[in-house]
Amino acid sequence: MKNLSPKTITLLALVALVLVAPLFFPSSFYYRVGTLMFINGLAVTGLVILIGYAGQISLGHAGFCGIGAYACALAPVHLGLPPVVAMLLGALISGVLAYLVGRPILRLKGHYLAVATLGFGILIFMVLSNESWLTGGPDGMQVEDLGLRDLLKSLGLSVPAAQVWYWFSGLVLLLGALLALNLHTSSTGRALRALHDSEIAARTVGVDVAYFKLMAFVISAVYASVSGSLLAMMNKFVTPDIAGFLHSVQMVTMTVLGGAGSVFGAITGASILTALPQALTVFHDYEHIVLGLIMMLVMIFLREGLVPSLIKRFSRRQG
Amino acid sequence: MLSVEGLRSKYGRIEVLHGVDLEVKSGEIVSVIGANGAGKTTLLRCLSGVQPASGGSLMFRGDDISKLPAHRRVGLGLAQSPEGRQIFTNLSVEENLRLGAYLFADARVDKDMADAFAMFPVLKEKRNLSAGGLSGGQQQMLAIARALMARPTCVLLDEPSMGLAPILVDQILEVVKSLKSLDVTVLLVEQNAFAALSIADRGYVMETGRITMSGPAAELIADPRIREAYLGI
Repeated sequence: MKNLSPKTITLLALVALVLVAPLFFPSSFYYRVGTLMFINGLAVTGLVILIGYAGQISLGHAGFCGIGAYACALAPVHLGLPPVVAMLLGALISGVLAYLVGRPILRLKGHYLAVATLGFGILIFMVLSNESWLTGGPDGMQVEDLGLRDLLKSLGLSVPAAQVWYWFSGLVLLLGALLALNLHTSSTGRALRALHDSEIAARTVGVDVAYFKLMAFVISAVYASVSGSLLAMMNKFVTPDIAGFLHSVQMVTMTVLGGAGSVFGAITGASILTALPQALTVFHDYEHIVLGLIMMLVMIFLREGLVPSLIKRFSRRQG
Repeated sequence: MLSVEGLRSKYGRIEVLHGVDLEVKSGEIVSVIGANGAGKTTLLRCLSGVQPASGGSLMFRGDDISKLPAHRRVGLGLAQSPEGRQIFTNLSVEENLRLGAYLFADARVDKDMADAFAMFPVLKEKRNLSAGGLSGGQQQMLAIARALMARPTCVLLDEPSMGLAPILVDQILEVVKSLKSLDVTVLLVEQNAFAALSIADRGYVMETGRITMSGPAAELIADPRIREAYLGI
């Protein structure tokens, strides 16, 4: 174990988790919860790059989820694109939009940046809910399925839809995590983490701070967009709420809860906050309160997030 | 190497540098001394490009750099060790050094790192630890070593003695002196006037955003006005 890098350990742990978890699933409902965890985990992995690596906050990333979701809802119907292509198109649009919006926004710092991204998210939400001739408005609209199940069927494999989605989203999450982990140790990742620590010092060693912030913003937007597409296609339905403020806050909470600097931590955070509402259905009306409470407790007691704090505590006891 | 003429700079509407002239020749160690608030740090920030200049010219090895953003100036060989050290506390010591060589991706990076560790052996012991855990003196060493990783022909050092115990100040200054043998030109900004002048070839005295005196370091140390105002003798 000693020779394995943290990156390999994280990846192996994730692979094991994806593979082993279904052994304990008593019903197909659990596949669905698992899929939700993976999809949220994907968006949150993107936020790890933005928040954890580069130290920039966004309260509007649900906007990009919305773009990804509605790309999958609209493109197959209006442009006749296959759902997978629609997903890529959504990711492209999100990336370009993040680039255009990010250039002016990322000059801001701290709460100014938070408010500006918040505004962006609200903007997307408003467009999706008001342009009902196109998006169906607040009532939402149907989304075509990814078609993976049909593909498998034509190959002679009959797999329940919930399981198809479980394995597919697990695979996408692993890919996303692999990219994020590789980024962490690359020179780009070092530059991002450097500007997180001290922008001035990063500039004095030759890091083009504005460019790297923008890059982190664009990458995380693409992650959010893909996660939005997957969510819409799995549910076969989408409403503007996917781009709503609450969803943005949920994603940030997941990231911060697990540990913004660690991919594994953030995915853990996403899993906990995805599973929690399912487990505590009694809290349904108080979901926001519970979210806020968790956020506060983590900020007070585990500033670095669940996983990094626990690892630190554990290794201190050992050492 | 570095020539500054009529440099002006503002924070908002308030001008803090009112036309600074300064010259650093190749191979020199030049110290800028002055009291707190004289504009020394602003001067260095303008030189490295972190702070915009509102007037005047900046020439580095014959090129006008006044319009270049900070990250481009490093590539020309002008590296800075910023005020308050500004090391990357969440990154390991080695990662800090690798970031110093951010613009390079060749075999020389490892060689330079070995040289840095030879210069500061204590950093080698702690290479995999997070830089935030280093002592003040070690962080200063790291900040200097990181600046050297950028393969500079000229380094700008901002208050390397700040907050250090006297014995560490001597150690750091020895290192600064030794940069001469590496063909690195040094522009040093210091409140610790005696220490800064004792290792320098030439010196400038800064007061409220202007250069008020300049000359060979030995002459400045001997000057009664400076002895009274800055050396407390």
